[in-house]
Amino acid sequence: MYALPAGPTPAPQRQTLIGSAFAAMAMIMLAGGMLAVWLLQRDTTLAAGDTWIPKGVGVPEVPANVMLIAFVGVCVFAQWAVWSAKRNDRDHTVFALGITILTALLIVNAQAYIYHEMDMGIADGTYQVMFYAITGMFLGMMIVGILFSLVTAFRFTGGRTGDREIVAAHAIYWYTTAAVFTALWFVVYVTK
Amino acid sequence: MTTIETAEPAPAESDDHASGSGTDARPHHRTVEVQPPKWLSSTDHKIIGQLFLIGGLLGLLATVAVNVIIGIERVDGSDVTFDNSISQMFDAQRVGLVFGAALPLALALCIALVPLQLGARAIAFPRLASIGFWLWFGGLVLNIVALASDGGTLGESADMVDLFIASLGLMAVGAVAAAMSIGTTVLTTRAPGMTMRRVPFFSWSALITSIALVLVMPVFTGTLVYLFLDHRNGRTGFGGNAGFATWAGWLFTQPATYIFAIPAIGVFAELLPANFRKRTPARGVMIFGLALVGVAALGGVTQQNVARLPWSGSELNLDHFGNKFDDLVPFTAFNVLPLLGMFVVLLMALVLIKPEKGVRPNITGALPFALFGTGMIAVGMAGTVLYAIDDLALQGTVFEEGILVYVVYGAALAIMGGVVWWAPKLWGFAPATAKVVPIALLGVLAIVLATFPQYIAGFLDQPAGWVYTNDDLSIWNILVLVGHGLMALTVLAFIGLLAGARRSRDRDEAIGDDPWDAQTLEWTTTSPAPGDNFVDVPLVHSAEPLLDLKASINTAANSASRDGSPA
Repeated sequence: MYALPAGPTPAPQRQTLIGSAFAAMAMIMLAGGMLAVWLLQRDTTLAAGDTWIPKGVGVPEVPANVMLIAFVGVCVFAQWAVWSAKRNDRDHTVFALGITILTALLIVNAQAYIYHEMDMGIADGTYQVMFYAITGMFLGMMIVGILFSLVTAFRFTGGRTGDREIVAAHAIYWYTTAAVFTALWFVVYVTK
Repeated sequence: MTTIETAEPAPAESDDHASGSGTDARPHHRTVEVQPPKWLSSTDHKIIGQLFLIGGLLGLLATVAVNVIIGIERVDGSDVTFDNSISQMFDAQRVGLVFGAALPLALALCIALVPLQLGARAIAFPRLASIGFWLWFGGLVLNIVALASDGGTLGESADMVDLFIASLGLMAVGAVAAAMSIGTTVLTTRAPGMTMRRVPFFSWSALITSIALVLVMPVFTGTLVYLFLDHRNGRTGFGGNAGFATWAGWLFTQPATYIFAIPAIGVFAELLPANFRKRTPARGVMIFGLALVGVAALGGVTQQNVARLPWSGSELNLDHFGNKFDDLVPFTAFNVLPLLGMFVVLLMALVLIKPEKGVRPNITGALPFALFGTGMIAVGMAGTVLYAIDDLALQGTVFEEGILVYVVYGAALAIMGGVVWWAPKLWGFAPATAKVVPIALLGVLAIVLATFPQYIAGFLDQPAGWVYTNDDLSIWNILVLVGHGLMALTVLAFIGLLAGARRSRDRDEAIGDDPWDAQTLEWTTTSPAPGDNFVDVPLVHSAEPLLDLKASINTAANSASRDGSPA
């Protein structure tokens, strides 16, 4: 075995941060691809002289706008957790993470309300299939985000306050989800 | 760990019984600890890589077998034995080539070797890499079940069509998980002193592939979600079964498939300086070439089956300004740029193989594999450029199938070269060069026969599918069949080569840590590499750290001999 001189102990390399950046990239591509197909199908349908949104179906705008505003809160609270973690303030970190989870639950609730208001079956038409597919993808991201927040909060509650990287990675996740929802909000709820 | 309690009957005759002291008639209970095999849940990147490799080689073999069956069907161009399952055969061919062979083989080498090349003790997120393998493997098994049960793009069993789509999604998610692990490894676990410019070429290709997979596979998965829900709910908004090819077929065509070939080109780039015993000048140029091939990832993002070039008569048909951007830009970006990247790599190869005074190349058996494999990928890329030119009327012919087989078989051949090269680090043995080279030659002959006649048949207007009316085409299809048969032999011979070398390892003497006189970090550790790769994390001062060390040893020995003192 060749004996190359041993190097210094490798410094922490922000593995969780880079990993979450990759995850963010994947989320943006997933949402971007699905929105692109949505727009293509919409254009094709309208060009054929058909209506895109089925008759009798109304797209509720108020809960969608509330979701968008709530995402501002999610991002602020996630960043608050990062800020507190940097200062070794466990109480504020856990509190900020808790509020992040609650606000995320609010968004999930608003999405459920939209489903209830629209009252359409998934098998009723292409629009319905695509609406449930794209909002279902978004709900999946929300559930993963809530689990991520819970894990982060448990780690801090358990005393692993030195692990600030996971809090920053958690914030990156929520920023990305907020960006994804902003695009989805514009395409699905504003442009329709 | 599972604990099983076993009951053993008490001995019928015992000394106690004989002496009349009475006997315990109750059965004796013994606890047996049953542990699952270590490889099942291993987080050692070398084992995960080997799992991908075994899966990839078996997947390649199965796909070659499917190609042989399709080849038999095509020989006379009319009678079809598997009339009711021919669409499943073509689905199995496409899915097998891309998800069954090219993807796992590429990931296998990346996962197994990248941490070793970087001087890392482990891969980043090892459980994610392991989950990636099992998702891919589960998806592949479900895909085979779906195709065998009348699923697939034109299948008649609705449930099996759904399973077919879902299984592809599983494999795609598995690929993303593995890619995230590889990409994070390259970016975060490099040895001290190893800047990005000093990262070995193969690891660079792994990084490019992982980024490309993270960009492309989610787009594919999102489309599959639409297709699945649409089909599951009996809708036809995406064209029903047949809509699969329209909406998701792009991943099985060029340039998206180049993504899986990038590590193969990386193997070639890695072997060149080591075999020709030179330091690579202008490393950035080689990395640029590899990255240019990665531009193919954009082909996936735009979800285009083919970026067409409007060619009218003898000149480019630019009727109005819009055409220039609508047609010429995508054509250049997705078809020409990857080929340009390949030319850059080949140009650097010419620089490295140029004879130099006092330098004696050390050509190993791995190089012919990598050279021929990369050459085949290049011919496939050149074919893609021709295929996109509308006036050649190649679209809808078997020409496209020829391109796909060129790229995937070529990538597989180069990856085999990588396996031969790094076998000492994975298993502690090195296949004999005299046995390796004939297999590489057989492989390149197989690929040329399996693909080039399809290029010719494409120009002769043989339609894609299995039926054709022109009897003159028969000879080309016979050659294709022979080619696939030889490819099956190549894969079998390669598996036999590894098995034989493994058997002989026990009786031969140790292979040594650096059997190829190589340049990079993985050759500083023992063969095979231990569980945590390196005792000490090595310090790196250049892109060829092992050459630095050998040079310093030589210098010390020379000065010692001049001084007359022991070296």
